[in-house]
Amino acid sequence: MNSYCNGLQCRECGRKFDLEPIFACDFCFGPLEVDYNYENIKADLNKNKIESGPSSLWRYAPLLPCNPEFKIDLGDGFTPLIKANRLAKAIGLDHLWIKNDTVNPTWSFKDRVVSVAIAKAIEFNFSAIACASTGNLANSVAAHAAAAGLDCYVFIPQDLEQGKVVGSAIYAPNLIKVEGSYDDVNRLCTELSMVKNWAFVNINVRPYYSEGSKTLGFEICEQLGWRTPDHIVAPMASGSMYTKIWKGIKEFHKLGLIDEPKVRLSGAQASGCSPITTAYENNSFTFVPQKPDTIAKSLAIGNPADGYYALKQMEETNGHAAQASDSEIIEAMNLLAETEGIFAETAGGVTIACLKKLVETNKITKSEETVAVISGGGLKTIEAVSDVANNAMLVKPNIDSFEMNLTH
Amino acid sequence: MAIVKIPTPLRVTTSGLDTVQGNGDDLVSVIEDLESQFPGMKERLLDENNELRRFVNIFVNGEDVRFLEGLNTTVTASDEISIVPAVAGG
Repeated sequence: MNSYCNGLQCRECGRKFDLEPIFACDFCFGPLEVDYNYENIKADLNKNKIESGPSSLWRYAPLLPCNPEFKIDLGDGFTPLIKANRLAKAIGLDHLWIKNDTVNPTWSFKDRVVSVAIAKAIEFNFSAIACASTGNLANSVAAHAAAAGLDCYVFIPQDLEQGKVVGSAIYAPNLIKVEGSYDDVNRLCTELSMVKNWAFVNINVRPYYSEGSKTLGFEICEQLGWRTPDHIVAPMASGSMYTKIWKGIKEFHKLGLIDEPKVRLSGAQASGCSPITTAYENNSFTFVPQKPDTIAKSLAIGNPADGYYALKQMEETNGHAAQASDSEIIEAMNLLAETEGIFAETAGGVTIACLKKLVETNKITKSEETVAVISGGGLKTIEAVSDVANNAMLVKPNIDSFEMNLTH
Repeated sequence: MAIVKIPTPLRVTTSGLDTVQGNGDDLVSVIEDLESQFPGMKERLLDENNELRRFVNIFVNGEDVRFLEGLNTTVTASDEISIVPAVAGG
């Protein structure tokens, strides 16, 4: 095992490091990434092997940087890719697919990254798991730590939605609310990671953790019949998932599993926290950090560490970025639910609202076959759309009362 | 003398020290002072244009200096400066 991984490498300056729980280059602070031995992977991996693997992201194990013997698989990933004809018609596209990651074990795509991170943390022999989170990651880390029987410390901003707070607390982790924004939580945890011997999944285990998001790209290709669509729209917080989808697609091509990809990748942000989209609109590769103020709290990262790479990727794939206001986000959550039966959290509203804008402005043309990534489930952010409950009819328990109310 | 917290990747320059003292009225001068005490520090923090490297975040009393005056942010003896590598979130 691990003949698939050569080591870690700095994405900025190329310096090489051993496969250890480290995340930043000691020369330039650049992020460290896993350096794979693709020849060895290619020798062991083919379409048949993948198709006969488990119905989870572990079907792609050779492309994940950890020993699958240590996996804690709650059924993570391999979520449905759904043809969304009614939504396509409503927004003016010929072909639209929804990658429905709301059906993961803790109802968000974060189960993908955590599945990999926990396996790696166990392989590294850590006894405690921790994270800094906008909520979804906290839910997933707490659930997987519970299943693994590991101590767990999850740090969240104090103002999170109740669904996300309860969605962590139920697994009985040490749940710590921090007085501040996600960026404050992230700084605190980065500093803590240097004094505590814990596996902070998105900090000192980040080079392994972030690879889990590649499986979104793998699955989209496999589920389309080993090919890419014309366009993918994904939400952006730190920009990590958006960039890893493209990395996954490029790896599939490198391994000969798909033809040369021509797919364009576009990113979606909320107007109340749009450092990457704003930089894109200003034709800049340097984002300016923001203080978030949006209902899309899972995307409320004002200082996105992968922002630069996200902007480079838009240029590389001829993709775009868009942003949506709070009211547009809510409208899009309703639209997705009413046309496709999928109840997404606010981040899903951001993705659909931005998709709609990209079509309206012809940045996605009508004939482009598009996949929209819906990253989390709606019960997590029920506050945003709870007004719909007022539409319920109240009747007496007899037919006359029902018929009378129905005609009103 | 402000207190400067040194992250793990930078401790190769400080012989493993996690907290050091930095002298200066603003961040630029503190970084120059750190360089004189711990050679190699400056090139790790600043790029060839003397700007903060892309993945280096510096906080003064918990506030990102990019929300303050950047490298021109003033510093007093009672301030705490944290140098923190940027990490992608969740």
